[in-house]
Amino acid sequence: MTTGNFSVWSESDTLLTVALRGDWQLRGHLPSPEAVIVEISTKPPAKLKFVAEELGKWDSGLLIFLKPIVDTCRNHQVEIELAKLPPGLSRLVQLSEAVPEREGARAIKRPEPSFLERIGRRAIAVATSFKRFSAFLGSLTLAFIKLASGKARFRKVDLFQVVQETGANALGIVSLISFLVGVILAFMGAVQLQQFGAAIYVADLVAIGMARDMGAMMTAIIMSGRTGAAFAARLGTMRITEEIDALTTMGISPLEFLVLPRLMALVLMMPILCLYSDLMGMLGGAAVGFTMLGIPLPLYYRETAAALTLTQIFGGVFKATVYGVLIAISGCFRGFQCGGSASAVGDAATQAVVTSIVLVVVACGMFAVIFKILGI
Amino acid sequence: MADGLKAPQQRPAHIIVKDLTMAFGTFVLMHDLNFTVHRGDIFAIMGGSGCGKSTLLRHLIGLLEPAQGEIFYGDFNFTSADPEQREQMLRRIGVLYQRGALWSSMTLAENVALPLSQFTDLKPAQIREVARFKLSLVGLAGFEDYYPSDISGGMQKRAGLARAMALDPEILFFDEPSAGLDPISSRLLDELILELRESLGATIVIVTHELPSIFAIADNSIFLDAEKRTMTAHGDPKDLLAHSTNSTVRRFLTRGQEGETTRQFDG
Ligand SMILES: Nc1ncnc2c1ncn2[C@@H]1O[C@H](COP(=O)(O)OP(=O)(O)OP(=O)(O)O)[C@@H](O)[C@H]1O
Ligand SMILES: [Mg+2]
Repeated sequence: MTTGNFSVWSESDTLLTVALRGDWQLRGHLPSPEAVIVEISTKPPAKLKFVAEELGKWDSGLLIFLKPIVDTCRNHQVEIELAKLPPGLSRLVQLSEAVPEREGARAIKRPEPSFLERIGRRAIAVATSFKRFSAFLGSLTLAFIKLASGKARFRKVDLFQVVQETGANALGIVSLISFLVGVILAFMGAVQLQQFGAAIYVADLVAIGMARDMGAMMTAIIMSGRTGAAFAARLGTMRITEEIDALTTMGISPLEFLVLPRLMALVLMMPILCLYSDLMGMLGGAAVGFTMLGIPLPLYYRETAAALTLTQIFGGVFKATVYGVLIAISGCFRGFQCGGSASAVGDAATQAVVTSIVLVVVACGMFAVIFKILGI
Repeated sequence: MADGLKAPQQRPAHIIVKDLTMAFGTFVLMHDLNFTVHRGDIFAIMGGSGCGKSTLLRHLIGLLEPAQGEIFYGDFNFTSADPEQREQMLRRIGVLYQRGALWSSMTLAENVALPLSQFTDLKPAQIREVARFKLSLVGLAGFEDYYPSDISGGMQKRAGLARAMALDPEILFFDEPSAGLDPISSRLLDELILELRESLGATIVIVTHELPSIFAIADNSIFLDAEKRTMTAHGDPKDLLAHSTNSTVRRFLTRGQEGETTRQFDG
């Protein structure tokens, strides 16, 4: 077996001959047709002839070699003689010529945009995305008004199902994370407080930390990753399979039918999960206090109860509710905006998580300022 | 149906498309589409793969906005109507999507029942009865409690058809209803479509490539030409086959055996 090779020579001024030898296979080594193309373009002959007496095995690899040569010949009005090629090969060459490239199909591919153009496009994209988001919020508000007047169309079954998915099914992960956050808070506090012999105040630290901020925050972050992404992926898939279009053309608003139940479920579940998370965090703190600091549990409990106020607890619960709204809105919005492919669903889920975590953290900062001003 | 006996042109116009241009951004897909669908017509939208048939359908039901031109339903200007009026109009329309678009979280019966429960005052038991009946029309009796993911593609298509018919709409849009069906089922489907027209007086617009079915049931049609980017034929497909001089149309209607002989894929 010899690898494919060729030679070119001019038999006369008007006739160029290309001799093909050896095996031309996709898996082997394929020579480049550059030499022949240069030859033809610099000094176009009247006719090009192929000889293939010593040609061995061949497949599409040979076609890849021949096609650019044939194209160049067409461009320079060079007549081609394919008769000496194996019959199958010359037929394939002719076939690949027979279907002309669809006009306009390639025109969509634009040249690489310049730096300025890219910035401009990005800016326009951000602006349209913002406009869409505002429109989404507007229609959502209208849907809420309809809900308040009892005219919104959605299925109670869907609401219950989302409540179960976002609420009950999330208990495990919320327990674990919140307990660990409580443990971490207690550890960090203990290292400092022990130096002053004030270890008992670990209970205060954990209780207030969890109730005011950490409970709501941790639940929100868990729900962003768990539920926000799920909403985006679910609605994105429904967009691709035209299920959302089918709702629209039925005269059922997808916003009422799909977004309202999800939003309501999160608004209902976030406060409960937040309270639960507070509790688990304090249990985590108590575990550290009992085992590491040797604080008796009844004492720890009394200290916690004395430190907590209802305002703190309700403050946290209120924050959690707002976070729930943010998560549901970003998840559903990203799902609705989803493009038409499977990878777009992945992107939508990613963006939903990023958007909701950013929104939650920003809101958390704003709450800190507002609560400070209000003196809560 | 009283109108059924009259020749198509004597029936009142039901859908009127005027100077429609469809575009994605700056990319013009089709321009200057002008045609009228008469009440009770079975109207075929023909054309090569990727030429914009589904896109035209999406314009007709308001999922896409025309770049130019207008769409009328009778005297009602659908293009300039506000969302509420459009919604009213859409309730009188049934759509079968190219890929079925069944709601995946609901059983087949629930899929058919949803529009009924939203827009009628029927009792749940009655709704269930209607859903069962519609499913049996498309040969899916007994599959009421299956989820869309548990049935084949052709069955999903038929269930989509049942859902489109749920509210006995005046106008039905079918996007390739027989794609993915075996020859016998697809003949039964043709008969069902004829039956729907006779019994409900529905106007039916079908996107299809199936020549036998086009010739068997369509009494009016347009042909979209991907290269010219507009419609190049309008009329009864049987007349087009007999008289059209446009070579692309002839090639389509004769499965490429007439017209230009170069080997070429449509699209
Ligand atoms: N959202 C979109 N953005 C840009 N181009 C699109 C979009 N949707 C469709 N197109 C383009 O419009 C053209 C027509 O698509 P369409 O789905 O209407 O074809 P079709 O005639 O229904 O084809 P088929 O018979 O294969 O279903 C395609 O070339 C496609 O690239
Ligand atoms: Mg299509």
